[in-house]
Amino acid sequence: MNRPIGGYLNVSGEMKMNERDVRADFPLLERYRELAYLDNAATTQKPQCVLDAVNEYYLGENSNPMRGLYDLSVKATQAYENARESVRDLIGAASCREIIFTRNATESLNLAASCLGRAIVNEGDEILITVSEHHSDLIPWQTAARERGAKLKYLECTAEGEYTVGALKAALSPRTKIFAFAAVSNVFGRANPVAEFAEVCHSNGTIVVCDGAQSVPHMKTDVGALGVDFLAFSGHKMYAPMGIGVLYGREELLEQLPPFLTGGEMIEYVTRDAATFAELPHRFEAGTVNAGGAVGLDAAIKYIRSVGIENIEKRERELTRYAFDRISGIPHVSIIGSPDPDDHHGIITFTVEGVHPHDIAALMDRDNIAVRAGHHCAQPLHQFLGVASTARMSLAFYNTEAEIDRFAESLSGLRRRMGYGE
Amino acid sequence: MENDLYGEVLLDHNMHPVHKHALPTATCSHQGINPSCGDDIVLSLEIDGGRIINGSYVGSGCAISQASADIMLELIIGRTVDEALHLKALFTAMIDGSITDSELEELDEAMALQNVSHMPARVKCAMLGWKTLGFLLNEK
Ligand SMILES: Cc1ncc(COP(=O)(O)O)c(C=O)c1O
Repeated sequence: MNRPIGGYLNVSGEMKMNERDVRADFPLLERYRELAYLDNAATTQKPQCVLDAVNEYYLGENSNPMRGLYDLSVKATQAYENARESVRDLIGAASCREIIFTRNATESLNLAASCLGRAIVNEGDEILITVSEHHSDLIPWQTAARERGAKLKYLECTAEGEYTVGALKAALSPRTKIFAFAAVSNVFGRANPVAEFAEVCHSNGTIVVCDGAQSVPHMKTDVGALGVDFLAFSGHKMYAPMGIGVLYGREELLEQLPPFLTGGEMIEYVTRDAATFAELPHRFEAGTVNAGGAVGLDAAIKYIRSVGIENIEKRERELTRYAFDRISGIPHVSIIGSPDPDDHHGIITFTVEGVHPHDIAALMDRDNIAVRAGHHCAQPLHQFLGVASTARMSLAFYNTEAEIDRFAESLSGLRRRMGYGE
Repeated sequence: MENDLYGEVLLDHNMHPVHKHALPTATCSHQGINPSCGDDIVLSLEIDGGRIINGSYVGSGCAISQASADIMLELIIGRTVDEALHLKALFTAMIDGSITDSELEELDEAMALQNVSHMPARVKCAMLGWKTLGFLLNEK
């Protein structure tokens, strides 16, 4: 099909998602027309243009970027560096030197924790994180704190998943070197006031590490306006292939960090006993990079741009409101977090009284509805909330009201199917 | 399709467990946990002269973990330790998909869990009671 990427803007530039089948951009959704894919916070589906771009890279540009002195390698290097520029532009970073490609948000956060830990955390210092952090933004800090003899402290939220500036101020001390938190929680779906948090932290001399895994795919992100020092996210949650992620870091901070992984491509000069390291950002990209993945991310960013991040945000808000409406009346169902749908950003985590979340997911699977169940890599949060596990439905702009209707219908029948009376 | 796994036997053991209670006469007990699901049971047995004369479990978890533990106790109470270990081997074989039809008969109501063999994510749930049993019996 010869269709421009995300070509469903009407003449006035407004997106008419309901008039045109945006799902046609996503071959997997076309293949499984009966499937209601509601696990987008785990990973999104990939549009054809992303698949094509990756394919084209391997068909016409593949070689080891940076290593060759021949034309093909120059092409690969260009494709890879173009992707970096695309990411820089997407998040409003000042320079491509601030964009490090990783495998995923997890690797990005490990890089930040390991390098920052060694650079600025000393015995008796404190690292602050929130109680709702994903394990990927929690274990690396546990490790860094242990290795540096520092204390790991937790900021706690309200039952509705809100973190206040007041609570943050109270939790910061003169020894708090780092505050790491998710811009949007993968359980509550709630957005934190990132810019305010960053300001409070900076006036305390605290470095701000933001986990953007659930925010960058769904809302406009500008690292300058947010004021974060580091931002981590994954390509695969924003329509790109798996295996490519990003760590943004402010240049003057990155310059001060020790290396993360070491080896090829990240050095300048090596003798038997020592090495000098390459310039930013290559210093943090040891070994052969995932150029195909970066090209896929580049295509995904172009796709997002063609749809418009504002349109994505708006459509996802509409769908979230619709889902809330449909779920709210169902007896024995509780939504975790805020009662206001606009606090959820496409993520609705819930429980059904008397039905274990794994049974919820298994029964919904029978109805061809994909939802997640478990602790969503946030065990300390589940302990804090006093629930062993929960179920989660999460939306992307390509979901439909009809899918949400099917979800709601399945949800209403769960208790009966498990043997409860009406 | 619907009742493949969540059939009457499983739902009934989940909603109305027979052996879910404390066991003051227990001679041994052990906790079994699936950290990834939050399934959590404590299995208690009263063993006398190599025979399991009574047993119970308490805890919480998904329907599969709870019903499987209840069905297991139904099967093993009154049996010798060796017979119980034999049943555990059969149940494991059923989940692995390597059981014969005649062996399957021996598992009686536990056959209700046969379809777990097609659901890798739920194998741990179905095995939780049996794994805990194995721990208790091999310890003796
Ligand atoms: C908030 C948050 N942080 C980090 C991650 C980790 O992402 P990845 O598994 O792609 O590294 C996830 C995804 O599961 C997430 O939701």
